[in-house]
Amino acid sequence: MAGRLLTYEEKDTWIHRLSGVTKLAFFLLWSFTGMLTYDTRVLLVMLALSLVIFYMSKTEWKQVGMVFKFILLFLCLNLVAVYIFSPQQGTLIYGTSTVLVNLPGRYDLTVEQLFYEFNIMLKYLTVTPVVLMFIVTTNPSEFAASLNRIGISYNVGYAVAIALRYVPDVQSDFTKIKHAQEARGIEMSGKASVWERLKKMSMIIFPLIFSSMDRIDVVSNAMELRGFGKHKKRTWYKGRKLTKTDYMTLAFAAVFMIASLWITFADGNRFYNPFSR
Amino acid sequence: MTPIIEFKNYTFKYRSQTEPTLRDIDLSIYPGEKVLIVGPSGSGKSTLAHCINGMVPFSFPGEHTGSLSVNGLDPAKTGIFGMSKTVGTVLQDTDGQFIGLTVAEDVAFALENDCVPQEKMFSLVQEVAQTVDIGKLLDHAPTELSGGQKQRVSMAGVLVDDVDILLFDEPLANLDPATGKRAIDLIDRIHREQKKTVVIIEHRLEDVLYRDVDRIVVIGDGRVVADRTPDELLCSDVLEREGIREPLYVTALKHAGCRVQAGDHPAHIETMRLEPYAGKVREWYQKVSPPPAREEKDTALEVLDLDFSYISGNPVLSNIDFKIHKGEMLAIVGKNGAGKSTLSNLICGFINPDRGKILLNDEDIASKSIKERGEVIGLVMQNPNQMISKPMIFDEVALGLVVRGVPEEEVKERVYETLKICGLYPFRNWPVSALSFGQKKRVTIASILVMNPQVLILDEPTAGQDYRHYTEIMEFLKELNEKYGITILMITHDMHLMLEYTDRAIVIADGQLVADDTPASVLTDERIAKKAYLKKTSLYDLAVRCGIPDASGFAERFIHYERQVRSHGGQTADL
Repeated sequence: MAGRLLTYEEKDTWIHRLSGVTKLAFFLLWSFTGMLTYDTRVLLVMLALSLVIFYMSKTEWKQVGMVFKFILLFLCLNLVAVYIFSPQQGTLIYGTSTVLVNLPGRYDLTVEQLFYEFNIMLKYLTVTPVVLMFIVTTNPSEFAASLNRIGISYNVGYAVAIALRYVPDVQSDFTKIKHAQEARGIEMSGKASVWERLKKMSMIIFPLIFSSMDRIDVVSNAMELRGFGKHKKRTWYKGRKLTKTDYMTLAFAAVFMIASLWITFADGNRFYNPFSR
Repeated sequence: MTPIIEFKNYTFKYRSQTEPTLRDIDLSIYPGEKVLIVGPSGSGKSTLAHCINGMVPFSFPGEHTGSLSVNGLDPAKTGIFGMSKTVGTVLQDTDGQFIGLTVAEDVAFALENDCVPQEKMFSLVQEVAQTVDIGKLLDHAPTELSGGQKQRVSMAGVLVDDVDILLFDEPLANLDPATGKRAIDLIDRIHREQKKTVVIIEHRLEDVLYRDVDRIVVIGDGRVVADRTPDELLCSDVLEREGIREPLYVTALKHAGCRVQAGDHPAHIETMRLEPYAGKVREWYQKVSPPPAREEKDTALEVLDLDFSYISGNPVLSNIDFKIHKGEMLAIVGKNGAGKSTLSNLICGFINPDRGKILLNDEDIASKSIKERGEVIGLVMQNPNQMISKPMIFDEVALGLVVRGVPEEEVKERVYETLKICGLYPFRNWPVSALSFGQKKRVTIASILVMNPQVLILDEPTAGQDYRHYTEIMEFLKELNEKYGITILMITHDMHLMLEYTDRAIVIADGQLVADDTPASVLTDERIAKKAYLKKTSLYDLAVRCGIPDASGFAERFIHYERQVRSHGGQTADL
C-alpha cells in the first residue's frame, strides 16, 4: 500500500539505510537542541538543514501532507494564543519596545513580540520535518529493534511494531463494518448532528473492538506458541549494525548540538537579541 | 517403538466448566506417523491439541488426571515455551497468526525469541522458505499474500525451529478447495521428506484424505470413539453417528446399497477397487429419478455487463452478466480474491461500477443510496462479531427498524415475529454475549430479515462450522427460502454447500464470469474447477470409474436423492 499516511515506505537513500538507533538518537538530539535554543541564527541554520535532509529522504508530500497541515494549524493557534496571553513577552525578553501599531490596553504590537513569535515558529519548523522523516524512513521492526538496543524492554518495541502490523487489517475491518451498518440504515453522512454522528460511530466502534479482540486473542496465542517472552533478550531479524555513516551522523549530531548550545548561551541567555546596542 | 505422544487414562476439565472436556483418553501416536483427528465442534478435539502443545493448562487453565507424555516431556510441567521446541503448532487463522511485518520476519520470529544470531537467522529462514516455496515472498507484507501463501508462511515459521511434531489445527478452515488440496500436499511432502510426526485436527475429512494418513482418531463427546486406518473407518458407521461428513463417494456407495469393504481401499476414490460395486452403482443411477426441471420465474436481480476496477486499467471485474430469479437459492463461487466480495459490494452499493447496470425487479438501482438498497437487499457478513453493535438481542434485531423511525409497537411486533422465525424467541431478552457462534449468526440474519428484504446476500455463511452446525444453518436458510420465498445469494467456496443447497452456481475467476450452471455440472467440469480453484467432486470420479458417462447427471441425481433423504429425515427416500 503505497502512499499511506505516515507509514514507513521502502526507498533507497542513505537516510533509509541508517540504523534506527542513529535516526532515533539524531531525532532526539535535534529536538532537544531545537527546544532549548531561541537563538535565531542557530534556528535558521537548523531549519535549512532539516529542509535539506527532508529533501534527501525523498519523502513525498502525500505521505506527510495531512499531518503537516495539522501541525501548521496548531502552530497558528499557538502563535495567536501567545499574543493573547502575553502580548509584551518580546519586550520582556529583549528589553526594548518598538511599537508598530498602537492597540488598546497592553495589546500594542511591537517588533520585539513579532520577532519572539517568529522564533517560536522557527522552532516548530525545525523539528517537524525531522519528526515526520523519522517516521516515514524507519522500518517499524527496525525501530522496535532500535528501542530495544537503547535499553527499552523489547515488549514495548514489539507492541509498537505489532500495532503497525494490524493497522491495515483494522482499517479494512472498519470499512466493512461501516458498509454493513450503512446498509442497515445507519447514515454516516454529514446530515446528522455531531452528537448523532458520534452515537452512530459507536455502532461501528463496538463491532470493531469485538472483532479486534478476537484478533488479539489469536495473535497472543500465536506469539506465545512461538516463544515470545521466553528470554530477557531477543535478537532481531531486521536489526542493523551501525555503519560508518551511522557513526558520522551521530558525531555530527553531537557536535552540532554542543556548538549550537555554546553559541546560544555564549551571551548568557537562550535568546539572540538583535535589538540591543 | 515407544510412542512420541502418549495419553494414558487422561481426563481434563477446564476451570470454568463443571464437566470434563476430555474423558479417559488413551491414545498413542508413534514417531513418524501421520494421524488425523476428527470430531464435531465441542467434541474436545481442539482441547486435545492444546494439551499436546501446552496451551492447556497454561493459557487455558484446568485440572487433569491420568498422564500425558510428549517426546518424553510432560506439557503440564514443561510449559508452552518448552513444548514449542518439540511441537510446532500451525493455527487455523492464517491471517491472525501472522505476526511479523514481512514474511521473513514472521518466519524468523521463533528464532528471534531464541536469541539466534542474525547471520544464522538469514540462512535458516532462506532454507526453510525454499522448503515451503515462499523464497520469492520474503519481503512481502501480510496484506500482499493470499490465504494459501500465509499458511505456507505459518508452516515455515514452525519448521524453522526443527520440531519433531507438527500439529495442524484445522489447516483447511480458511482455504478454497484447490488451495486446501495443495496445503494437504505440502503437509504430506514435509511429512515424508523431514520424517516428522504429523497430527492434523480437521473436520473436512474428504479433503485431508487427498493424501494418505496412517490413522484417523475420532473424538466424540470428549472420548476416543474410534482409532483406525482410513480404510477401516470408512466402512463403519462411526462418522455418521458422530456427525462428521464422510466422503461423498462413500455416501453414494452406501445409497447404492453397497457394503464397502476395507480390503478395497476406500480411502482414495482414484485407487479404490470398484469392481465389486460398479454394477450396483449403475443400477442405482438408472433407478433414481433425476431432479425435476426448474420452472423459470420472474427475475429478482439482474446484473448487466458490469465492469469495476479500483485502479483504472486494472479490472477487478469485467463483463459480468447474470440473472437471479425470484425465490432462487444460488452460490457465487471462486477462489479468494477473484472478485466475489467486490460483486456483493457493487450490488449493495458500497462501491459504484465503472460500467454496466444492476436491476432489481427490472428497475435500475444506480440512483439508490446504500440505505435504500439495504431495505430490499440484505447483507449478512461472514463474522457475526463484525455486525453486532448492541449488547441485547432485541435491540440488535430492532436496530434497522428503529433508525428508520418505525413506530415502537410495530418494531416490537416485527422483531418478535422475526425472532420466532429464527428460533431465537426464547432468548429475546438475553445479552448477545451469552450466545454461541451459530446463534450469533442467526441474530445477524434476524437483524437483516426484520427489514423484509427481497434478496439476502450471505458472505461465507458456514465458514469454520462443523457438519452439524453447517446443516443447522443451511436448513434454516433453506426454510427461509422455501417458506418465505426469500431469494438467497451465497458467496462461498464450500463445494458441499453449493452442491447440496443451491440450484445454480455463478463461477467467477480472475474477474470474469466463467460459468453459470448447475453446481453438479460446474463441479464435474475439470476446466472450470481448475480456473476457479475449485475441486472436482469425488462423485465425478465415482461415476466415471463405474462407467457412467453422464457424471454431472449422476451428481445431480445423488444430490436430489440426498435432499429427499434429508427432508424425510429417514435413511431411504422414495425412489
